[in-house]
Amino acid sequence: MQFDSWQEFFAMGGHALYVWLAYGATLLMLIGNYLTVRAMRRSVVQRVRWSAGEELDPQPSDDDNKL
Amino acid sequence: MSLGATLRQFWHKLGSPRWFYQMSRPWVGVLGFAALVLLGVGVVWGLAFAPEDYQQGNSFRIMYVHVPAAMVAQSVYMGMGVAGLVLFVWRMKLADVAIAACLPFGMALTALALFSGGVWGRPTWGTWWEWDGRTVSTLVLLFLYVGIFALREAILDSHLRARASALVAMVGTINIPIIKYSVDWWHTLHQPASFTLTDKPTMPVEMWAPLLVMVLGMYCFAGHNVMSRMRIEILRRESATRWVRDEVVGEGKHHAV
Repeated sequence: MQFDSWQEFFAMGGHALYVWLAYGATLLMLIGNYLTVRAMRRSVVQRVRWSAGEELDPQPSDDDNKL
Repeated sequence: MSLGATLRQFWHKLGSPRWFYQMSRPWVGVLGFAALVLLGVGVVWGLAFAPEDYQQGNSFRIMYVHVPAAMVAQSVYMGMGVAGLVLFVWRMKLADVAIAACLPFGMALTALALFSGGVWGRPTWGTWWEWDGRTVSTLVLLFLYVGIFALREAILDSHLRARASALVAMVGTINIPIIKYSVDWWHTLHQPASFTLTDKPTMPVEMWAPLLVMVLGMYCFAGHNVMSRMRIEILRRESATRWVRDEVVGEGKHHAV
């Protein structure tokens, strides 16, 4: 441990503003991307379920995998 | 079966969104877990245990988030460029899914690299922004991401959209070596690479070990995020097919992404 106390740790030797801004932004980016993907997943799963009662399309053929 | 035939068969399967969806399922969880562990260990190590820099003091700890963001932002772009090539040569649908999935995350990473760079530059160089080679080429990377994103929003025809974004993604890869060599070509404020494959790091091991952990963690997170986005995009595009309905109906409400 490089710091003797929690106060020293949070102060970051006078660079607290910069260090915590950078780490905070990183945390926000990571959590934001994770939560976005989770919400997207839920909504698409729900949408497929709602329409699951309707007529089903046939299985795609191999040619459907080409543009 | 010969190696060539095995590879051809793998390549053929890779073109199938359904095969990719099912193959990728275990990887999403593994990569997500690895990212959580590596980033968690790396942040604590980098913030509290790595020794402070004799010149920069504690502001150098920003390196542990800035460098991974910048490195992975470029790798995600390269992935997009390769997907663009695959789409052009083999007309593989999955490549367009990959481009769509790389865009939002790559854009967020590039923005983070620029932001954390500015925040690091303020106490180190005395300025939030400097028109130095690497900063500007990274800004170009952000514009490329934003440009392709806007292009995809603007083109309604799905074939044209796929080919146009693949083309720009491919052409834009020229910017990646420019970012890499910018610190050698223009001697400005930006410090040279922290890691190279050929040379020993100039930092002591106590300093670069947490960086390595953070970089690996960020790659795992990128893998998790891009793969999840690809899987969601596949479900969207194939939502009318039987296999997607069979996949989705059996899933619990809190299924992992």
